[in-house]
Amino acid sequence: MLEVNGLIKRFGGFTSVNNVSFKVDQGEILGLIGPNGSGKSTIFNMLSGFFPPTAGSIRFQGRELAGMAPYAIIQGGIGRTFQIPRPFRRLTIFENVALAGYYGQEGRTRAKAFESAEKALTLVGLPLDRHAPVDGLGAAGLKKLELAKALATEPKLLLADESLGGLDEHEMDQAADMLNRIRAELGITIIWVEHIMGVLMRVVDRVMVLDHGEKISEGLPSEITNDPRVVEVYLGSDAVAVQAMAAARG
Amino acid sequence: MSAIFDIYLLEALINGVLLGGVLALLALGLNLIFGVIDVVWICYAELIMMGMYSMYYLYSVYHLPFVVVAIISMAGVGVLGVLLHVIVIQPLLGAAPINQLLATGGVLALLQSTATITFGIDFKNLGIRLPVIEIADMFVSYTRLLAFGVALLGMVVLYLFLSRTYTGTAIRAIAQDRQIMPLMGVDTKRIYIITSAIGGVLAGLAACLLVLQYDVHPFIGLTFGPITFMICVLGGLGSMVGGFIAAFVFAEIISVGGLYLELEWGYVFAFVFFIVMMFVRPQGLMGRRS
Repeated sequence: MLEVNGLIKRFGGFTSVNNVSFKVDQGEILGLIGPNGSGKSTIFNMLSGFFPPTAGSIRFQGRELAGMAPYAIIQGGIGRTFQIPRPFRRLTIFENVALAGYYGQEGRTRAKAFESAEKALTLVGLPLDRHAPVDGLGAAGLKKLELAKALATEPKLLLADESLGGLDEHEMDQAADMLNRIRAELGITIIWVEHIMGVLMRVVDRVMVLDHGEKISEGLPSEITNDPRVVEVYLGSDAVAVQAMAAARG
Repeated sequence: MSAIFDIYLLEALINGVLLGGVLALLALGLNLIFGVIDVVWICYAELIMMGMYSMYYLYSVYHLPFVVVAIISMAGVGVLGVLLHVIVIQPLLGAAPINQLLATGGVLALLQSTATITFGIDFKNLGIRLPVIEIADMFVSYTRLLAFGVALLGMVVLYLFLSRTYTGTAIRAIAQDRQIMPLMGVDTKRIYIITSAIGGVLAGLAACLLVLQYDVHPFIGLTFGPITFMICVLGGLGSMVGGFIAAFVFAEIISVGGLYLELEWGYVFAFVFFIVMMFVRPQGLMGRRS
């Protein structure tokens, strides 16, 4: 459903993403990993239209997305969550999600927006109370809200950005299950950027590894954890990640 | 003796409340624009001036009914607000605040000069004289009462719009985080244009009410502009609730201050109070930034 070809992004003289191509199939969960600064977020920013690629094409369901306005891309069926949750704190939880439900697709009615907001809130397990404020939510609650906002736009492809940072182990498992349920119940295809490798490896169908803006490996989780290039990248930068990989393998 | 004195004070307090309603309406549009778009329309009072001229010409020269004239004028100033946004603000959204200030300041000079050339410098008024109502030995101007009522009604309508509709919710949301609005599928450009239209219509509404109390001339903006900015700053720029409270605080100071000395002294007290407050609480009563 998504086909990315020769994607390049330069900021001045710095190349953040260098000639990356990949495909995502309908109903798949693709894991996108790599050390800090490897270009994961830059790719998400280009997929969601936050900035245009320097070169390359992004075809989503047969339409070219490169150069489209972000709101039009969202309405076209892509949802995105942020690494650091960004709710509108002076709106209620329900307003946050209903707003996304209303504007997420063209020509929405109020009733339809309510319906998708309620569906999204139920799925992530947040209260349907119209007056509940955002301020009462903890880290896990904010992540759920972030996810509910993206789901309310009724995407076909969800870009989930490091959804589990700051959660404890139990919450992480819950969140991983949630992504599985989102795919199973709503049929949403997912690209998941995540630092916590152990959880990611359990959930995703395929993994793509980035380093310094280049794709260095792609394949099944079992293939990736044994790829010497991947181990090298993570050895050089992140000993914890290596341990996590070992745990996932073992 | 003291009984009469109390009645004067009460009259001044009531007039202060009535003035406060109109001042609150003036501050509302400016606060809405700043809160949502993060830009100060320095030429806000000049938009009101254009609305007053529209009222004058349509009513006194073309003799259309007052309500029709008011609706056309409000819509007209709304269109001016949209033009101001599309032509001047939109290209400068990413620019330094000082550039935005200078640009809208330029529009102020442009509107003043255009009005001077087109309408001349003489004072014009609608010639509507509404009665003064006498209640228990106190005199309350019907014009002020009407202005207060309509201003309050306008604010209630805006409040309902902002709290009950999706467009209103989007306007409140964009004021908090404009970057992620597109992720909700919201076209921020469109929301800005709608907000600018509302800001313009509010200026137009203020024009309809002020033209009943003041003669219009090309520099009438200088009468309302400074006090409107001070109310917004005192309330905390961008805070509509803060602006509302500040408007009544200012109005009471002007009205009660004017009771003991000349009316002009009321303004002097208000400005002194403003300066002192800027030392005590520079972010304003309900300021969201320092």
